[in-house]
Amino acid sequence: MRGALKMRAGVPQLRGLRMRLIVAFALVAALAAASTGALTFREARTSVLQQSQDTVIKLLRTQVDRLAPDIGIPPGEAEVRRLAAGIAEAEPAGTWRVLVVYGGLSATSVPDDPFEEVTPELRRAVDTSPATVFQRVTSGDHTSLVVGMSVVYDLSATDSARIPSGIKVFLTVPQTREGAYVDALVAAVQRATVPALALAVLLALLAARGVLRPVRALRSATRSIAEGRLDTRLAVQGSDELADLSHTFNETAAALEESVAELRGMEARARRFAADVSHELRTPLAAMSAVTDVLDEDASHLDPDTATAVRLISGETVKLARLVDDLMEISRFDAGAAVLHLDEIDLAESLRRTLAARAWTDLVDVALPPPDALRGRVDPRRLDVVVANLVGNALRHGGRPVRVRLYERHEGYEGHEGYESHKEHRGDRGDEGGERLAVIEVLDSGPGIPASVLPHVFERFYKSDAARTRTEGSGLGLAITAENVRVHGGTVRAANRPEGGAVFTVELPLRSDESTGGSGS
Amino acid sequence: MPRVLLIEDDRAVREGVALALRRLGHELAAAETGEDGLERLRSFRPDVVVLDLMLPGMPGLDVCRGMRAQDQTLPIIMATARGDDEDIVVGLEAGADDYVVKPVQARVLEARIRAVLRRAAQAPGEGGIPRIDTYGDLSIDRAGLAVAWQGAPVALAPSELRLLLTLSASPGQVFSRQQLLEAVWEHSYHGDARLVDACVKRLRTKMGEPPREPRYIQTVRGFGYRFAAR
Repeated sequence: MRGALKMRAGVPQLRGLRMRLIVAFALVAALAAASTGALTFREARTSVLQQSQDTVIKLLRTQVDRLAPDIGIPPGEAEVRRLAAGIAEAEPAGTWRVLVVYGGLSATSVPDDPFEEVTPELRRAVDTSPATVFQRVTSGDHTSLVVGMSVVYDLSATDSARIPSGIKVFLTVPQTREGAYVDALVAAVQRATVPALALAVLLALLAARGVLRPVRALRSATRSIAEGRLDTRLAVQGSDELADLSHTFNETAAALEESVAELRGMEARARRFAADVSHELRTPLAAMSAVTDVLDEDASHLDPDTATAVRLISGETVKLARLVDDLMEISRFDAGAAVLHLDEIDLAESLRRTLAARAWTDLVDVALPPPDALRGRVDPRRLDVVVANLVGNALRHGGRPVRVRLYERHEGYEGHEGYESHKEHRGDRGDEGGERLAVIEVLDSGPGIPASVLPHVFERFYKSDAARTRTEGSGLGLAITAENVRVHGGTVRAANRPEGGAVFTVELPLRSDESTGGSGS
Repeated sequence: MPRVLLIEDDRAVREGVALALRRLGHELAAAETGEDGLERLRSFRPDVVVLDLMLPGMPGLDVCRGMRAQDQTLPIIMATARGDDEDIVVGLEAGADDYVVKPVQARVLEARIRAVLRRAAQAPGEGGIPRIDTYGDLSIDRAGLAVAWQGAPVALAPSELRLLLTLSASPGQVFSRQQLLEAVWEHSYHGDARLVDACVKRLRTKMGEPPREPRYIQTVRGFGYRFAAR
């Protein structure tokens, strides 16, 4: 769960919701600005040009109408030139250039004007059409409006009576002002687009914040739940989909908290029940244990059946006392009440004493370091339990000879492969060469542990064979061993040796300074 | 015959333990409550007390303190449930000499009783020859089993006396807790080292040692304790 969250957090921010919103908003803004700008530009440009064109044509026609009556037909070269100059005067700024053609005669308002703007198509159009013809001509970087018209005599009010005079007037007007106007329009659209884009990004950021804040709250709340704080709840604001989601989250969290609390309660009750049962059994057992010696002593004076019964009761009472003791011990581990009483001792001496106290010295081969070569801060009683349980287990279930080895190794060196009952995750320590570990190996020469049993050897009351007869042990020995190793911050594992037989390996951190002492739970 | 006062509230346990100890040759008085036990202390004059810590009415720890107030040298063995770690520590600090974990077999309890009585009766090393060692303000009579501080006798419980005698027999030598457990309490090597620590603490208090820098019984960190003769 935690891993998935970490992966999610690792996704680059470029693909995050915020970036996507910004890009979308910017795209929309840019598209809107561009299309609006383009349309506006086109319309404006058309109307600007149309207007200037109309003005020019109107002005031209008025001027021609004013001057034409003074021209005789056929006109002379001087008349043609006068007409051209006269028309050009209509525009006071003097930007008009006029060409007047009559048959082979032609004159321009500006002397020796080549009038390249007038294309043959325009000339043909003026020849064939009585209406005014115009064309926009772009040469280089400036645009000009070229207007062509025939001078007609209007004899009557009807169109049919209009007679062409044969005089053709061409006018070229540079459209620099109109061009500048259009350029200004383009610049204005461009200038408007930049703030529009900036505004879009700002809006996107605001929208992203509005969406992201609840999303972020959800994320951190989910993480908090994953870390075990089941009472985490979200503040629901508004009534949108995200508020809905937050509401659902709260309901889920509440349901989860409730069922976890229920499970924990059941587990705690079950554990307390086991502890209470053991506790209640202890008082009658105390009375019975006190008198087992009396029973044993007097059994020989009784008749054989009674003696057998009495010895049975005595023997089983001792076993029951041991079982209850083990149950109490396990209950304390479960309750987190197991306390370490650390003392710095010579580990080899401890092992030797464990074996000697149970008269196992002759049954076990030992390979121990010399006296005081390997000292460590451990709970001597718990170490005794660990070694006694492992050696006792090897003597009962494994084949002899049983060997016990003790040596020191530094963390980082790979040890034996095998199933581990507990894996402690300890932080790296600054010590040179890594952490020092005391390794205790108990090896037997039996058939080894079946592969199906190996992962379960440290489980409570685990029996590899359902029909297996009850042995001396309580069925809790290896579980207690594992717990005792764990409170020391160590590991214990079981494996089969390639050369046959099982090996149990205990690794305990060697703490020699007072600061690392304390109690485990 | 050692005289044992048993204070135990559960009838079956009381009767069972009493029966077993009587058969092992002890003279026995049994009390059901702490108050009753304190009462019997004067009338019965026991050599050793076996005290259940879980008592109705007056708590076992208060009984222990009450007994110590009356008699500094009386051996007291607590009977406790395993895991009642707090009670064990408090009990040892209140002056108990030893403890057993219930359920306990009669011969185990008997062995503890014998061991604690031996502490009271016998000094290590050569007995019989009167010898008084003086270390500054402290004088130890190894034959008479008496300790005096600036001339005034100090009343020590059997464990405290035996611990002091053991340590001071080899001044300067460091004893590990395990060694002391075996030598003084006759426990196994893997016994409860808190017995030693609690006893050292009581001994230092009775000898008026400054807690920060004890003059005689010094802690050797990581190893154990030693007796400094100067």
